[in-house]
Amino acid sequence: MERPKIALYWCSSCGGCEESVLDMSENILRIIELADIVFWPVALDIKYKEVEGMQDGEIAACLINGSIRMDEHEYMAKLLRRKSKIVIAHGSCACIGGIYGLSNFYKREECLNRAYKEVPSVKNPEGILPQAQSKDGECEIGLSEFHDLVKPLNHVIEVDYYIPGCPPNPEYIFEAILSVLQNRTLSKESVFADQKALCATCSRRDTKPEKAVIKEIKRLHEWQWDPGKCFLAQDMICLGPATRGGCEERCIKANMPCRGCYGSTENVIDQGGKFLSSLASIIDSKDEREIEKIADSILDMGGFFYRYCLPSSLLEKKIKMLSLEDADLFISLGKYGEAMDVYSRLISTEPNNVYVLQRIEELKTFLKLMGKDRIS
Amino acid sequence: MNRFEPKIIAFLCNWCSYECADSVGRAQKEYPSNLRIVRVMCSGRVDPQFMIKAFKEDAEGVMILGCHPGECHYKEGNYQALRRYILLKKMLAQFGIEGERLRLHWVSASEGDKFVNIVSEMVRDLRELGPLSLRDREINGKT
Repeated sequence: MERPKIALYWCSSCGGCEESVLDMSENILRIIELADIVFWPVALDIKYKEVEGMQDGEIAACLINGSIRMDEHEYMAKLLRRKSKIVIAHGSCACIGGIYGLSNFYKREECLNRAYKEVPSVKNPEGILPQAQSKDGECEIGLSEFHDLVKPLNHVIEVDYYIPGCPPNPEYIFEAILSVLQNRTLSKESVFADQKALCATCSRRDTKPEKAVIKEIKRLHEWQWDPGKCFLAQDMICLGPATRGGCEERCIKANMPCRGCYGSTENVIDQGGKFLSSLASIIDSKDEREIEKIADSILDMGGFFYRYCLPSSLLEKKIKMLSLEDADLFISLGKYGEAMDVYSRLISTEPNNVYVLQRIEELKTFLKLMGKDRIS
Repeated sequence: MNRFEPKIIAFLCNWCSYECADSVGRAQKEYPSNLRIVRVMCSGRVDPQFMIKAFKEDAEGVMILGCHPGECHYKEGNYQALRRYILLKKMLAQFGIEGERLRLHWVSASEGDKFVNIVSEMVRDLRELGPLSLRDREINGKT
């Protein structure tokens, strides 16, 4: 009988998830006894072409880690979806967007400018940014396009199972691969982690405050904290109440509060909103001014509550970013000048966007027909 | 040109402000029709997820009306609403949603005129702010 095949792929990731595969230690040998690893860019030299040559559904299980940020990621995710029977989102980035998702608070151009121009250690006097198409003498060079937003894997393809965590618990990775190899039937979109919040299994749960206790939010470096007491009881933010358990409290055991990498529990659609709600219930104040002061003591609330889950949260991104839809809305309101502003700003960041250029021409012709040559 | 009409999702407490909205209706007082009212048992029932979802689903504003401090039917529900409101308002600013779009007021069942004022004021302010998805104030500010 032919041995089942396994593939592993990384999208926008730090490599920590690949490490977590190695963290399975001897269990990885048990997997190799049962199956062949046919594709694993970090460890094996197999080209994309060879994956393209495979038959549809030939791979038994494919673990994809990292979030979707570039064309290449999206292309490979869709390709592997076609070639695999089961696709498993591996790690926080693939499951809920991950730490890279915080860049959804910024525009694409802001990210590129920061990385290629503003960082003090970068020397780029000509201000060259990566382009999808460029010319070097005679040669046409193509690079993968950098997307506007970071997306979790399930915004691009259908995902069968999830292994959350940054990095995931190796035991769950082993269990997930084994369950596929042994043809165990699991419910669709099963999550390999606990069902309940981290607080339910936390070793410090006995000291978790029931009532309002927080008068001021303390930051880690400002405080000598007690290693045996709930962080929330010590006025420090711990995302445990709104985060799925299953990580074996690796951070808590190292005396660090939970940062929410396992994502929300079931039936919660917005981890950040849920945590905000739980934090509000333990703030000890009924006075508006005082509550505002406490709120001000949390720096970067959005970044804190949505550290790993911004792309999969309800709002997904900072809403203030410009898009073609904004121009459409301005046009529908009769504000043609503003619409033209949106177009010109879009074109200033992407000079070769044919679609925008076409829309500008359309708007100009329209204004001419209306007898408004000059935009008021 | 059509005037921009903002949509406002309003969460009204069953024991005070919903009763108030009802009495305003009975008294045939006029107030803007931009409000979409959701009756809840207590302002403390309004989860931040509801408010975020309202913005996600194209509401231009969200309003929570509850009982005056100390008058909550469930003792502390309105204080819970107050704390959530303050935290959420600060957090939404990071998402580019202005503070004026999220409002909390205490309205008792007998304060019909206050209710009408609050609603009209919010509708007026939101008309000025414009739709949520176009809120790029930089358009006029920067080059």
